[in-house]
Amino acid sequence: MPFNIYDFSTTTKAIDTFLKTNMSPTWAFVTELAIVGLIILIFYAIIGLYLVYAERKVCAFMQNRVGPNRVGKWGLIQTIADLIKLLMKELITIRKADKLLFNIAPFIVIIASFMAIAAIPFAKGLHAVDFNIGVFYMMAVSSIGVIGILLAGWSSNSKYSLIGAMRSGAQVVSYELSVGLALLSVVIFSGSMQLSTIIESQANGWWIFKGHLPAIISFVMFLIASTAEINRGPFDLAEAESELTAGFHTEYSGIRFAFFFLGEYMNMFIVASLAATVFLGGWMPLHIGNLEGFNHVMDFIPPIVWFFGKTIFVIYVIMWFKWTFPRLRIDQLLTLEWKYLLPINLVNIIVIAFIVLMGWYIK
Amino acid sequence: MQEVELQDILTSREDGDYIINIGPQHPSTHGVLRFVVSLKGEMLDYVIPHCGYVHRGIEKMCERLTYPQIIHLTDRMDYFSAHMNNEAVSLLVEKAIGVEVPERVKYVRTILSELGRIASHQLWWAAFGMDMGALTCFFYGLRDREKILDIFDESFGSRLLHSFICPGGLMNDIHPNFQKRTKEFIKYFRKKLPEYDELLTGNIIFEQRTKGMGVMSRQDAISYGFTGPCGRASNFACDIRKKYPYSAYDKVDFKEILFDEGDCWARYKVRIAEMWESMKIIEQLIDNIPDGDYTAKMKPIIKLPEGEYSQRVETAKGELGVYVVSKGEKNPYRMHFRTPNFNNLFPISQLAAGNKIADLIAISGSLDLIIPDIDR
Repeated sequence: MPFNIYDFSTTTKAIDTFLKTNMSPTWAFVTELAIVGLIILIFYAIIGLYLVYAERKVCAFMQNRVGPNRVGKWGLIQTIADLIKLLMKELITIRKADKLLFNIAPFIVIIASFMAIAAIPFAKGLHAVDFNIGVFYMMAVSSIGVIGILLAGWSSNSKYSLIGAMRSGAQVVSYELSVGLALLSVVIFSGSMQLSTIIESQANGWWIFKGHLPAIISFVMFLIASTAEINRGPFDLAEAESELTAGFHTEYSGIRFAFFFLGEYMNMFIVASLAATVFLGGWMPLHIGNLEGFNHVMDFIPPIVWFFGKTIFVIYVIMWFKWTFPRLRIDQLLTLEWKYLLPINLVNIIVIAFIVLMGWYIK
Repeated sequence: MQEVELQDILTSREDGDYIINIGPQHPSTHGVLRFVVSLKGEMLDYVIPHCGYVHRGIEKMCERLTYPQIIHLTDRMDYFSAHMNNEAVSLLVEKAIGVEVPERVKYVRTILSELGRIASHQLWWAAFGMDMGALTCFFYGLRDREKILDIFDESFGSRLLHSFICPGGLMNDIHPNFQKRTKEFIKYFRKKLPEYDELLTGNIIFEQRTKGMGVMSRQDAISYGFTGPCGRASNFACDIRKKYPYSAYDKVDFKEILFDEGDCWARYKVRIAEMWESMKIIEQLIDNIPDGDYTAKMKPIIKLPEGEYSQRVETAKGELGVYVVSKGEKNPYRMHFRTPNFNNLFPISQLAAGNKIADLIAISGSLDLIIPDIDR
């Protein structure tokens, strides 16, 4: 089986022809779907586990301590141990909870993030679903997660959960506007919503450099708004342990709680990879215009390493926010969005549209 | 923000009010305290604090114990100001029987009180940051506090509850390393305290959450007996160290920190400034501890003459008052402690009403409550 780390499409084409020669086209298609789905599931689980571990280590580093280091070398098996513990816990059912909604809420959150992971371009040729409305699809699918949160809070039949869910719902819905507008800025620059086209257009430089000041403003706002979208960092009022116990997922135990927990970390991964794809070039190495020599040197590092490097950088910044800043109160949070971020975003979009029309950017 | 009388609250709970309980088990009420909170949406209507979960009957127990034994109980009231609580009872007994303690004792008592004050404020900062959501503050505050606890551990054998200051002087002489270690700590902490400012004080999120929150006017502070750093933040000059100096406080030069605004932000700034002042006090005293006895000559059984006696000290939280009625025996007939946290807690309905739940956490964090002190 041919394997080219610089271009996974050789491998995928080889598997495709192999399947088509040995089975009928429909069966081949179904098998491909099954393989891709399985790989994404496994990838999701592993990345989720190790993101939790990474957070604990990063958090410990910032707080002058060590973090998990007993279970396995450097504590690497810690999260697996936690997962096994969560799987073995009793699933407590509350008497007066709305059973159907209570049970499906965690699944909605997980399904939303699965659907988003499927559209992320990991490397050249390693792009499961390449819609021509890629950016729009990612936004739409992440919004489904809110339903899970609201259902969780409502069906728990607990005042704390209800308060947490309502706060979270208001917050997520508000910040989706800023996320959308920030992404829209790069869509205007590159002229397409398809993620692979956006990446190809960064072959002579990343949009954060080519789009100079407006792109940097968009990037900063995307970071802030998406931290609020995923209920993290200084915007984690919905699950503020020191205020309302655990907010909307107070009443969940065992694997259901694990789903919410995992969903939050995978949302962080999705948001970071979206930032890396749209602003920082995705799997495209750092190229500077026409400097052939420099570009050639940069091309030595495989695209998949570039992608994960950028994503990990953005994840680190998001984690940094959480462990440094105090929490914003719900009204301050909403004020930040409606009175500050949204107007700046709108003005930015108009400026970008003007810049693109006049051609005052690096094409 | 409405003014609510406690009587009105207790009788006006109606059936339609949306009541939630914050506590008694809750990550951010520091100790076992229950707030019954009535909400209108996100706004607080009134807050009723229910204390008494940690009531151990200390005042009653004191009636059966001798004065040196009572010292051990006073440790456990406000455990972060353990030295100052011990000092209160010791000063009262010495005043009552007319014993003059050596100079050395006075200096050491003052140094220990100030070290205890710094440790208490460090823990307050750690917990306050954690309540606000900046979890890193917890580790920074406690890391620095460990240095003080190491000093205490080496000198007295225990980190938190020492029972070191007793009627007549000290339980034992100070450890030979005490002066050296305290000086090292002051040098270390002078570099670390600006880090606290970088992390929380200068943070705009933190300022927005504490400025203008929970304002206590000066008149109300005086009426409620709102003492300590909370009172001084409302411009109520209530520092017992300045007004009725005891031990070596008249020999040192320090400022009484007063602010005007009376909100959470002012209470925060008072405590940070007090940590600087405490370090100044310790620096003035640590090199000049006079030689001498560590205790005055006391009878083996201490009997207070018949009568009523009282003593006030400034603990880290406010004014602690001790009142003893003695019938001439070795146990007090009645002992009463006027604890600062009790008076600091109850105005919370007035402070928090009209704000949001998150503000209740900010306000109760800024009041620096230690629940066993409220309940005794």
